[in-house]
Amino acid sequence: MGILDREFTDSNIVIAKFEDLMNWARLSSLWQLGFGLACCAIEMMATSASHYDFDRFGVIPRPSPRQADIIIISGTVTLKMAIRIKRLYEQIPEPKYIISMGSCANCGGPYWEHGYHVLKGVDRIIPVDVYVPGCPPRPEALLEGLLKLQEKIRHQSLVKNTA
Amino acid sequence: MPEFKTEELVLNMGPQHPATHGVLRMEVKLDGEVVVDVTPHIGYLHRCFEKHCEVMTYPQVIPYTDRMDYLAAMYMNFGYVEAVEKLMNLEIPERVKYIRVIIGELQRIASHLVAIATFGMDIGAWTPFLYCFRDRERILDLFEMTCGARLLYNYMWVGGVSHDLHPNFIHKCKSFLVDLKKTIAELNDLLSYNKIFIERTANIGILPKDTAINFGATGPVLRGSGVQWDLRKKDPYSIYDRFDFEIVTGKGEHGTVGDCWDRYMVRVREMEQSIRIIEQAIAQIPDGDVTSAIPKRVKPPVGEIYFRVEGPKGELGYYIISDGSVNPFRVKVRAPSFVHLQLLPILCKGHLVADIIANLGSLDIVLGEIDR
Repeated sequence: MGILDREFTDSNIVIAKFEDLMNWARLSSLWQLGFGLACCAIEMMATSASHYDFDRFGVIPRPSPRQADIIIISGTVTLKMAIRIKRLYEQIPEPKYIISMGSCANCGGPYWEHGYHVLKGVDRIIPVDVYVPGCPPRPEALLEGLLKLQEKIRHQSLVKNTA
Repeated sequence: MPEFKTEELVLNMGPQHPATHGVLRMEVKLDGEVVVDVTPHIGYLHRCFEKHCEVMTYPQVIPYTDRMDYLAAMYMNFGYVEAVEKLMNLEIPERVKYIRVIIGELQRIASHLVAIATFGMDIGAWTPFLYCFRDRERILDLFEMTCGARLLYNYMWVGGVSHDLHPNFIHKCKSFLVDLKKTIAELNDLLSYNKIFIERTANIGILPKDTAINFGATGPVLRGSGVQWDLRKKDPYSIYDRFDFEIVTGKGEHGTVGDCWDRYMVRVREMEQSIRIIEQAIAQIPDGDVTSAIPKRVKPPVGEIYFRVEGPKGELGYYIISDGSVNPFRVKVRAPSFVHLQLLPILCKGHLVADIIANLGSLDIVLGEIDR
């Protein structure tokens, strides 16, 4: 699956499709917007820290949306925050991806019924690529979500599908 | 020399800011680089806690208490269940009391580790963050082994706890405490007595004793200002009167009493005291059934109660009104972070922009608890 599979045996030449090369470059260094919302943000921090080491997948937290590729919505999205999240999403340059982490961001979580100030799912305002279930999801679950996102990027096409 | 006209600049920090400890927005008025005023704006994480309490039964509220101060979820459970038990006049088994203290103090250590880690990160030290989270993971492992969850536990129930301690718990906990002592020494070398760190935090954000008391500050913030006040000693709840430990206060070793360094150091030293409490509790813990006193139906008599515990961040109070039904009529929480955030404008005035972050980190606020 890797790019180096088609390397010639006796030279430094690699033949790859431009699309594969592009996708490989994109999925290998997904810089994350350093942005936490609630409880899940602590698990996201734990994922970045020594035990789980998010860095080995090329995920580095960046403070500015202009430098970020993915945004992990980690926590409850309230109505007051929703407008800001939409703006942050718009500030990220293309291509951009979104991981919705935890039940709150997926569907409102424990606050779905009586939370009068809680947005019932972040996908109502921005398009979500991967949903990670859990309240909060374990760091392993977030890593799995990232791997799923990488898989998705690997099969992206640069050509617009008109069919 | 012609007179220069200067204008104040209003700068917006947050809600997305890598060092605001959650979704907090601060409106900062600046004169050059000197802070004239800071106005914190809250409400970005308002999750309708009181509304949920109105419609849930007493045990159903426990998971929502977890999600208020998510760094110290066990202690939020602790305060709530003790309050309801007092309202019901429920006698709980001795073993449960000891388990609650052991778990509660472990949670205090975990919360302080995060506070220290993020404070260091705000100042610009990345390595202590990794060290603290490494040790915090071991506490989370202990919790996971006890109740199956890593962050939000729903472990303490009214009348007991959901699971007994794992047979291996005591052994693992002891070995963790031995290692934690080494980590604290390591942290002191790395961060506490680091020249750069002291320069950034000593004499910054001085909170005088009287201001702290007038604003209702509690916990490490109040103790950092040199006030001997700890509810575990001054108004003992649960079984804290059986243990021997000290109240740690700030002494102004590297600056003035009540500066950022003092507040930080109180947390480091409190972890040592928590280790002492846990060691004593482990030595005394009796056998018994932990679920025997859990009532089938939690239905307190008509009445009201204010119950306070010393949470990792300060005085955590629950005011519960019961109308005799299975749902609480009202649950009001006195959250320490909410009180402490009000100190921020006082601490920041006259300091530089970079010191806002130092002050905020030293207050150790959690937005889940402020907005509720």
